Amino acid sequence: MPDNQSHILDQNAGFGETEPPIKVAARDVCVAYDGKQALNHVSIDIPDRSVTAFIGPSGCGKSTFLRCLNRMNDTIEGARVTGSLKIDGAEVNDKSIDPVVLRASVGMVFQKPNPFPKSIYDNVAYGPRIHGLALSRNDLDGIVESSLKKAGLWEEVADRLNDPGTSLSGGQQQRLVIARAIAINPEVILMDEPCSALDPIATAKIEELIDELRENYCIIIVTHSMQQAARVSQRTAFFHMGTLVEFGRTEDIFTNPRDPRTQDYITGRFG
Amino acid sequence: MTDTSDTTSIRDAVSRQLPRRYRAELRFRAAGLAAVASAVGILVILLISILSQGLPAFTVNQLVLPVHLDRSVVDPEGDASEASLRRGAYSRVLQDAIRAEFPEVTARRDLRNLFGLYTPLNATRLMDDVLADPSLVGETYTFRMPIADDLDLYLKGRLVEDRTLATSGLLTISADGDALALNSSAPDFASLVEDAVATMRAEATALDARAERARNLAAELEGSDAEDALYEAERLSAQAQALREELAENDGRIELNRDLPTILVELSGVAVRLTALDANGRSASGEAMLGDAADISGAADWTLYVIDTPESRRRVSDQAIVWTRALEARGLVRTDFNTYLFSNADSREPELAGVKGALFGSILTMLIVICLSVPVGVFTAIYLEEYAPKNRLTDLIEVNINNLAAVPSIVFGLLGLAVFINAFGLPRSAPLVGGLVLSLMTLPTVIIASRAALKAVPQSIRQAALAVGASKTQSVFHHVLPLAAPGILTGSIIGLAQALGETAPLLMIGMVAFIADAPTLGLEGLTQPATVMPVQVFLWSDGAERAFEARTAAAILVLLALMIGFNALAIYLRRRFERRW
Repeated sequence: MPDNQSHILDQNAGFGETEPPIKVAARDVCVAYDGKQALNHVSIDIPDRSVTAFIGPSGCGKSTFLRCLNRMNDTIEGARVTGSLKIDGAEVNDKSIDPVVLRASVGMVFQKPNPFPKSIYDNVAYGPRIHGLALSRNDLDGIVESSLKKAGLWEEVADRLNDPGTSLSGGQQQRLVIARAIAINPEVILMDEPCSALDPIATAKIEELIDELRENYCIIIVTHSMQQAARVSQRTAFFHMGTLVEFGRTEDIFTNPRDPRTQDYITGRFG
Repeated sequence: MTDTSDTTSIRDAVSRQLPRRYRAELRFRAAGLAAVASAVGILVILLISILSQGLPAFTVNQLVLPVHLDRSVVDPEGDASEASLRRGAYSRVLQDAIRAEFPEVTARRDLRNLFGLYTPLNATRLMDDVLADPSLVGETYTFRMPIADDLDLYLKGRLVEDRTLATSGLLTISADGDALALNSSAPDFASLVEDAVATMRAEATALDARAERARNLAAELEGSDAEDALYEAERLSAQAQALREELAENDGRIELNRDLPTILVELSGVAVRLTALDANGRSASGEAMLGDAADISGAADWTLYVIDTPESRRRVSDQAIVWTRALEARGLVRTDFNTYLFSNADSREPELAGVKGALFGSILTMLIVICLSVPVGVFTAIYLEEYAPKNRLTDLIEVNINNLAAVPSIVFGLLGLAVFINAFGLPRSAPLVGGLVLSLMTLPTVIIASRAALKAVPQSIRQAALAVGASKTQSVFHHVLPLAAPGILTGSIIGLAQALGETAPLLMIGMVAFIADAPTLGLEGLTQPATVMPVQVFLWSDGAERAFEARTAAAILVLLALMIGFNALAIYLRRRFERRW
């Protein structure tokens, strides 16, 4: 196992100086739910300003790892996280780090669109409001507008900001949720299968959006669709049975996987 | 080939089953419809019966009498001070007022009956009027007071069976010794004679039948029992025989008594009660009940008023009815909306009894319950549902809360007696203690309903809030609680409605009692003796006077209105919350 880990890290080291700096650095991260091991010694370096895709069969631990990054595992009773997980060199699991502060800089988008049952405006404004990011009503209006613009939703909802967020279509709701996440200007955006509940057209829009957001954020996306991983990500990590099997450039993973398990999974032999 | 045959056989099988499935569905739907229909039907019957019983209590017949507030009577000190006015003889003022209407009544016993047309408690009301406006002293004041409860029922037609018969002949009345002799130029009494004869014959036949039964019984029995039965049979036979003889004697003249319908001859200002009817149907004997009837000849405008319920079987005397009818004819009886029902607390006299005390008691008690059980219950639910770790202790607490909801409510009354009254020394019969006891009773309901409502909020909302950096408390109060609010509200209202209708726990803390003063609607009212609406219903349903019957139903109507108001408020609040979220 140590060999395997160093191998992956070596591979990362090979990215060279032109690559963006490392944003998230994980070492030996293990997660257990009620004593049942869900994630085994995952070590990974995720670069900033790019899209990293986590792929792997169901129950392989990719979502679990994602939830470690904003400590959403804290909300699950019986979850135990060990190992070192650093964002910008700061230890995430450190006692001195408040999860509220952490989550303000690590946004998350869930599998099913989950807008608050409030107006579109309030959905986006909620984060800035509770964190006191807007000094005035005008400030807040500006944040809402720019967030909705970044999420590519402004055109569609500009004239009905007071309609409930739940009245939008599924794809629009998911973009609203992304707008809500970027309204507090996070550094990392975690996306847990963001397109699995959407039709192909809405999916295409979200993917386009992810591609645009890449310029400013470190985006980590869990996906079941290998085509999606290939389309949107620059790096891909393959998880299997709670371990990180392989991590590298997306084109390398899909064209030239080193591990036979990766090979089997992407060619559809299992999973 | 096999494929197609398989499909056909499957289709056959399905279509064979189909009629049975449809029949099952039809049966289920019919049963559901029947259940709903019977529930609605029973509800309608309930409402109709309560309304028909209770609505008459919302009106009251009042005597409108000019009362002369003589200074020497109502202001014995003569200084118009409150102390002096309080010592005034207001009952005498009322007595004088009613005597002025019937100056011919002088005998002590008759006077007592006359003063029974109203309750003496009205003297206090008159005093309150004078105290409120001392300038009335020395004036003649038109005073309205409710007529005695039984007469009120009589006027509403709910006490006796009566009818008025038109007459065609000219009536002559002359003195015949102590009695009066009545003669009509037409056989106006004929139908009454027939009725009386028929009644007496039927009575005789009934007596014979009873005698026959007694004889049969005697044949079966032995010894002294048989002798007793035989004796009873002989007695009944003798009675029947006496009745028949009475009919045959005196040329068919029928003596009227308290066991036969009362017949009154009424003409302007005069009322005569018949004591005997002649068989010819034209003449009768009678006694004067009202006015001077001794010398009337050839009166054409007269009526016969028959009260079929005999005097011996009703609570109001013929004389009281005659006086009441006279007052009514003089326009001194007015039917008004029964304000006493709302402006008075409980009273021994039904005509003055009201629900104000119970209503205020209920409002005060409910205020305590709302202020205690809703916040405590909701916050308990939030803590247990959102914050508490899952372990043995919280499991134990949960089980106990569920069990508390099933504890008989009287047990909470015992607890209230032991803790709030004996240990804490809080006053008995007070809305404060009642509210505390009912809060304890309501808490489990509120907690369980609130927890269910919180549980129903999707987890994704909590995650969404946490993911944008909301703290646990923010996610609960900004998102979860507002979404759960309609459910919490419904649960709380159910709990409160239950508390509003509860009697048993209040028994122990002294709120099931006759309390003649309404508590004040304010903080100090919380410790004053009071009772609540369901207790008032219970107390009145036990009341000896028949007029309490209608008031019981009226109190139920008020309670129902209160409940409907409560629920309407809940629905309104629900709608508001749902529109916002």
